[in-house]
Amino acid sequence: MNSRDLILGRVRRALADVPRDDTPYEQAVDRDYLREHGNRSVEETVELLAENLADYRAIVHRCPADELPALLAGILAARGSASVLVPPGLPPEWLSAADTAQVEDRAVSTVYDLDGVDSVVTACALAVAETGTIVLDGGPDQGRRRITLVPDHHICVVRVPDQVVSSVPQAFERLDPARPLTWISGPSATSDIELDRVEGVHGPRTLEVVLVSAADR
Amino acid sequence: MSGTFVGMPAFPKAAHEAVNNQTLRGNLRHATHTIRGKREKAVAELADWAELREAGKRIKDHTLRHLDRYLVQLEESVTAAGGIVHWAADADEANRIVIDLVRMTGESEVVKVKSMATQEIGLNEALEAEGIAAYETDLAELIVQLGKDRPSHILVPAIHRNRGEIRDIFAREMSEWGRPAPEGLTDTPAELAEAARLHLREKFLRAKVGVSGANFMVADTGTLVVVESEGNGRMCLTLPETLISVVGIEKIVPTWRDLEVFLQTLPRSSTAERMNPYTSTWTGTTDGDGPQTFHLVLIDNGRTDTLADEVGRQALRCIRCSACLNVCPVYERAGGHAYGSVYPGPIGAILSPQLRGIASEIDASLPYASSLCGACYEVCPVAIDIPEVLVHLRERVVEGGPVTREGNKVVLKPAKGHAAERAAMRAARWAFSHPGALRTGQRLASRTRRFHPRTLPGPGKAWSATRDLPPVPAEPFRDWWQRTDGGKDTTK
Repeated sequence: MNSRDLILGRVRRALADVPRDDTPYEQAVDRDYLREHGNRSVEETVELLAENLADYRAIVHRCPADELPALLAGILAARGSASVLVPPGLPPEWLSAADTAQVEDRAVSTVYDLDGVDSVVTACALAVAETGTIVLDGGPDQGRRRITLVPDHHICVVRVPDQVVSSVPQAFERLDPARPLTWISGPSATSDIELDRVEGVHGPRTLEVVLVSAADR
Repeated sequence: MSGTFVGMPAFPKAAHEAVNNQTLRGNLRHATHTIRGKREKAVAELADWAELREAGKRIKDHTLRHLDRYLVQLEESVTAAGGIVHWAADADEANRIVIDLVRMTGESEVVKVKSMATQEIGLNEALEAEGIAAYETDLAELIVQLGKDRPSHILVPAIHRNRGEIRDIFAREMSEWGRPAPEGLTDTPAELAEAARLHLREKFLRAKVGVSGANFMVADTGTLVVVESEGNGRMCLTLPETLISVVGIEKIVPTWRDLEVFLQTLPRSSTAERMNPYTSTWTGTTDGDGPQTFHLVLIDNGRTDTLADEVGRQALRCIRCSACLNVCPVYERAGGHAYGSVYPGPIGAILSPQLRGIASEIDASLPYASSLCGACYEVCPVAIDIPEVLVHLRERVVEGGPVTREGNKVVLKPAKGHAAERAAMRAARWAFSHPGALRTGQRLASRTRRFHPRTLPGPGKAWSATRDLPPVPAEPFRDWWQRTDGGKDTTK
């Protein structure tokens, strides 16, 4: 007998006490937990996102859409970044004001190439206010998973309020499980040494989040 | 389970030694009390915590009750997404599968995400025996690996080490494994983390094979989930060409939506955060992004035996948050090593004897590694009634009875070393049903109390070795009651 059949057989024998007409999944789980915590206006939800991002040591900026290129150029200049990784589908105007050298993530580029780049700018799939989380789903304006991992400085642009959800349950409703997802809450951190939180281990040590509001609002 | 712990003494002996280690007790007390306070705050932020806990419990219970169906569904969806599924009945088979998969890549080293399952099966040792180097990349696991030590906590395996000890380990050992620690390394956590970053980055960038576990597997979509903080998980899941995930069969949830429960309860219960810094999900392989070959190794290794125990199967609900360790007064004093297993603390005390059986001395002693105070049940985000299972397993140890081992029903003999306990209980039963004998015995005990030894002789020695004997009162309670008319007559 192969191990698959062996294990499945063991499982079935182990469950001999369970009636086969047991409650179906839909009825087995009460979902009377909340879809979101608290009643907030759209503005308050965005405010909470900003607060929780900052609480986990992300640097938060806010601006209207027409000021985004200048803000991004300013962030890169202040950091002294000589090069910035750009996902293939990033709106070109976002970096139109930056004089930092733009690097594409090509199929042939090695991780050593990426390791030499100073910063990366991406959009996101959505952001979760209650937890201060941004979620990337590998879309064209976010690029492959590795580009937001290897460089030490990640700038992520969130369109508010469209891309902001209140809670974790609302996030799962909107995300596609078939895509590779990366949930990011603050920069890389560890609490392994005496439970003292230290930011920056293997992922980017600096996370800057730009909450950009539509120009016509 | 793991070869690492073979020859461990039973819990009382190991705990006795640990309790006398002042550094260990200091480190543990600081750590567990810090995280206890934080967890309470993080949980209090969610008004629906009780409902989330109940939902988590029900999702896991339902999954376990239909585990065969969900395993088959998971296999189909992972395969459809481009992954390859392997099944391993025990640790040896799982290790063999992983070794063969690594061999097929032609590589002789792998980078590893911290994983309880691979520790349980002793994968690192098995790989090493075949000439394959396995590098742990979680900071705490790195500390444990470089220190030739064993993990002592589920979430923060190096919790028993303080910063000075960590500095010494890094300065001494890093050069053996790759990039040495920087000159003049101090013991500030930031500098230590930086040293680990530099040391491990060279390994991440050249790695061709990654090995991980998973916190969850979603049956209907074939998605795997890893929850972490440092980014070492993302490195191992993203940069290598081949990813091998080794996961216990109990880690399934039925649907994508179920994750909304656990991604709220897990971070708050474990690190006391609203959300851990990084969570990665992957569904098979994605063209041009991340590993292009994905293997999932599903392991049993005692889980189906645990499932067969109607009381004990609830231990399989565990999502490895470690909240029960941090509130446990026994863990706080004894430390993780005393449990002789990769699963320490209250959950380890019920999980290890079920996964491994209670044939060995250490496993038979684990159900007793508790004061049954119930704090572990209170904090458990999937409401595992750990005290209930402990008592159930104690009964198994003392009385024996039907259990399942490697899929076969067997009748367990009463464990050795409990003969005195059984004899004492029988004697007590007889005495309590013979009031005259009880009265005589009690009076005799009172009159001779000055001559009683501090420890019990003969078979009672085992009991009194870890406890202070209660003093015998000058007068039996029943005599006092009669003499003073139930305490009303204070003149006598």
